[in-house]
Amino acid sequence: MNLTPKSLRAAPGAHAPADLATAGVAPHGASSGPRPLPSGVPILTVKDVCKRYDADPDSPLVLDNVNMTVDRREIVALLGRSGSGKSTLLRIIAGLLSSTSGQVSVAGKPVSGPANDVAMVFQSFALFPWLTVLENVQVGLEARGVPPAEMRKRALAAIDLIGLDGFENAYPRELSGGMRQRVGFARALVLDPGILLLDEPFSALDVLTAETVRTDFLDLWGDGHLAIGAVLLVTHNIEEAVQMCDRILVMSSNPGRVAAEIEVTLPHPRVRTDPAFRQLVDHIYGLMTRRRKAAPGIAETLAAGLSLQLPHVSTNVLAGLMEMVDAEPHNGVADLPVISSALQMSTDDLLKVAETLQMLGFAEVVEGDIRLLPPARQFAQAELDVRKRLFADHLLQRIPLASHIRRVLQERPNHRAPRPRFETELEDHMSETAADETLKAMISWARYAEVFAYDGDTAQFHLDAEEEA
Amino acid sequence: MTMHVLHGGRDGLGSPSPLARLAPSRWDVVALPLVLGLLALLVFGGHEVAQPLSQLERTPITLDPWTLPYYALRTTLRMLAALGASLLFTLVYAPLAVKSQRAGQILIPALDILQSVPVLTYLSFTVTFFLGLFPGQVVGAELASIFAIFTSQAWNMTFSFYQSLRTVPSDLEEVCTGYHFSTWQRYWRLEVPFAIPGLVWNMMMSMSGGWFFVVAAEAVTVGSTTITLPGVGAYLALAIEQRDLGAIGWVILTMLGVIILYDQLLFRPLVAWADRFRADTVQAEERPTSWVLTMVERSTLFRTLGRPAGGAARATLRWRLPSLPKLPAPRLSPRAVRMGDYVWQGALAVMALYVAVHGIQFMATGITWGDVGHVVLLGLATMVRVVVLIVLAAVIWVPIGVMVGMRPRLAAIVQPLAQFLAAFPSNLFFPVAVAAIVHWTLNPDIWLSPLMILGTQWYILFNVVAGSQAYPVDLRDVIANLRLRGWKKWRDALLPGVFPHLVTGAITASGGAWNASIVAEAVSWGDTHVQARGLGAYIAQMTTDADFPRLVLGNVVMVCFVVLFNRLVWRPLYAYAERRLRVS
Repeated sequence: MNLTPKSLRAAPGAHAPADLATAGVAPHGASSGPRPLPSGVPILTVKDVCKRYDADPDSPLVLDNVNMTVDRREIVALLGRSGSGKSTLLRIIAGLLSSTSGQVSVAGKPVSGPANDVAMVFQSFALFPWLTVLENVQVGLEARGVPPAEMRKRALAAIDLIGLDGFENAYPRELSGGMRQRVGFARALVLDPGILLLDEPFSALDVLTAETVRTDFLDLWGDGHLAIGAVLLVTHNIEEAVQMCDRILVMSSNPGRVAAEIEVTLPHPRVRTDPAFRQLVDHIYGLMTRRRKAAPGIAETLAAGLSLQLPHVSTNVLAGLMEMVDAEPHNGVADLPVISSALQMSTDDLLKVAETLQMLGFAEVVEGDIRLLPPARQFAQAELDVRKRLFADHLLQRIPLASHIRRVLQERPNHRAPRPRFETELEDHMSETAADETLKAMISWARYAEVFAYDGDTAQFHLDAEEEA
Repeated sequence: MTMHVLHGGRDGLGSPSPLARLAPSRWDVVALPLVLGLLALLVFGGHEVAQPLSQLERTPITLDPWTLPYYALRTTLRMLAALGASLLFTLVYAPLAVKSQRAGQILIPALDILQSVPVLTYLSFTVTFFLGLFPGQVVGAELASIFAIFTSQAWNMTFSFYQSLRTVPSDLEEVCTGYHFSTWQRYWRLEVPFAIPGLVWNMMMSMSGGWFFVVAAEAVTVGSTTITLPGVGAYLALAIEQRDLGAIGWVILTMLGVIILYDQLLFRPLVAWADRFRADTVQAEERPTSWVLTMVERSTLFRTLGRPAGGAARATLRWRLPSLPKLPAPRLSPRAVRMGDYVWQGALAVMALYVAVHGIQFMATGITWGDVGHVVLLGLATMVRVVVLIVLAAVIWVPIGVMVGMRPRLAAIVQPLAQFLAAFPSNLFFPVAVAAIVHWTLNPDIWLSPLMILGTQWYILFNVVAGSQAYPVDLRDVIANLRLRGWKKWRDALLPGVFPHLVTGAITASGGAWNASIVAEAVSWGDTHVQARGLGAYIAQMTTDADFPRLVLGNVVMVCFVVLFNRLVWRPLYAYAERRLRVS
């Protein structure tokens, strides 16, 4: 499913490309900042990168043969769901992780270890709580041995630029989330990196704050105030990607691959209610749900057997989504983007729930729509007892692990089995963390459906006392 | 390291002019005399240390109360020196154990053993060495004494730093790597600041432990001669020898003053300062304050002195080693790495075996199997004491602690009081116990026991109060709403809620009790010696007799008991409390 990235384009998107030579934040030495590259050489090249879960050559692939480039003056999004390896890819590009095979070059130089020309903004802000705003912005310069006077001058300029004037002496804990992330941006921008890596920088912020920080950043970028070469944004938020980026690389999950590439040519500022904007968002929704082949259909789930990973989604949430889609005005079929904005739920979370319903045979997810199957509509209108019975039926039919555990319990004379017995079995097929999450999901669903019980104190599965009697 | 090293960036930004910055503030009125006074004391104390040993014989310890301030100064400086040494040790040892997995395999178990060896043992084994370093000088004896205090302070600080280093937030680590921090810069910008709150808390606990043993550490015995260093501990020892209750009263009064001064001048400012290093980013409602810290931060004197030092320290953070041509990292196969591990562990095992064989050979020169059995029995006796006392202390302090914790205003008084009592060397009260035991002819096997926990029981109270303060308000509402009362209320609601805190306090108390057994199981009052049967009394006896094979045996048994007790009782209990009962 690999689309080879298109050939290089000079200036995609609708930004007025700013003249880099005059766009500097502050005077800086020749040692940093974007060096003029021969035109046509991308600032970032990722070639045939593969990454395995660990050193073991048989361990599962996290990234499978990823190829991509980022040109100067481009904002590119890596859009994908959790498990698509987009954050792993970003860390390989930053030199924080090494790839199993393949090559990454930044500004024409192969990356081995933390690269000089990249700076990263973190989802959790990752500020040092014991340093002031000014000191936090300075640390990167300090690490490069910049003399104190120049360090201070550059840091103050970056603080000024990003709108933190007056907060120089504040400690992070005195700031709101939005202000903290501005510090994160200033810390990266002050280094004038060839490429700025953004790791879901807005997802820890509330909706309003995220919007403000995002548009402020776009304004700075559009007006050519930033002395950075290009931006690579990792996100699972489709609207954010469409709003900010010139190009979107959609990644598929398990293993992570570049599944599609979309160019965004809408003029700035982009308005979310604009029909063209909405259309593009819908289109990407469709792509993201169509490309997923890991979770669907009964044939695939059964074929997957014990290697099927289960997402830990609460039965309350599953029931809630079925009820909502069943009711007016959806009547059993709904547009996922519409539900996502109505519930204020991230795409990632919503798709996880929708696909769990699909896995359990309650719904079909196609082209950005969710369609309830008859049992789900029956479930939505039933009483608790009927719901539990329906859920139990589907669990035992559709989830091989459920029927497996139940069979083992029935075969054992005391109808008990320790958790590690299944844990080791699952770990033959998946990582330890995945096995743990799968078992947790299994336990909570089985408890709801009352198909078997689990005792946390003794870490043992057992059949219900009623059935034993 | 002063706070200016890491925190110089706050100065100057908004200052109008350099001249205005140098104008004294009202805090300088306090700062100047304080600094000059402390400097003078330091110089005076230091001068006294640089005397020949014969000086000590010419001026023996007297019980004149007016000499006590001087003795207190000497003791205080000794404690301070030991604390500095402990800090230095911590800052080097823990990173080694964390950065190299293989080094950690030996350093951490070694630390576990080192902390279970009683302080007196260190003293008896090292004193000749230190005296030999400076023959005929007071300095040698001082160093031996400081080393003994060091051994009562260093280990838990090192453990705390080690734990912090292992739990550094991964996103901040990524910032360090991604932004090209040098190892030195990472250490001072991330690892040390992150560890400071835990480290300061452990320094306070270490200080408490140090006060307890300073009495023993000021009398340095080599063979038949005893060198007594001027200090509070020596004064107390003399008072006990001469059965002078008045003098004991004076010592208690002096200690009270010294501990209050230490608290005000050192620990309160440290705690207030450490608060800014808490890694969570929420703003706490109440932050610890200290007038000394405020003075240091606001007075022109400290800022003027601090600026060049801070600037120089920060300059080192920009240092870079000349970048060497990068060698391709040897990509070892997992098998090769595993082979390396086997070789390393094999080497460790051989070394351990070598030490064990030599140790056994040495002990075999003076002991029989009968001795071994005897000492193990004594160990059991001491263990029974520790367990019973912890249970008793819990039974007494948990209800009180919970009730105090539920009343914020009362807690605000009791909390610092408990902390103070924990810092107070409880062995000052031992003579009273001896007098009582002799007077009523009580059984020392029972009635000496409470002394073991006299000083450390406060950690139980302290933690339980903290735990019940943290008890969720909504759960308290539920208790009221459901009208839970009496035993049911305690069993179902309150006890499970404070249990994790109780375990934390009990671990500290039990460790302290084991250590204290060596002092508490054999107590004197003049020529009256009262002894309980136990491992602590045994080790104390062997130390006095300089019976080294038996001393080693006693220590080995003690270490085994303490380490096994931690592994088999406290760790599982702590894990259970963390897993099942952590509220929130």
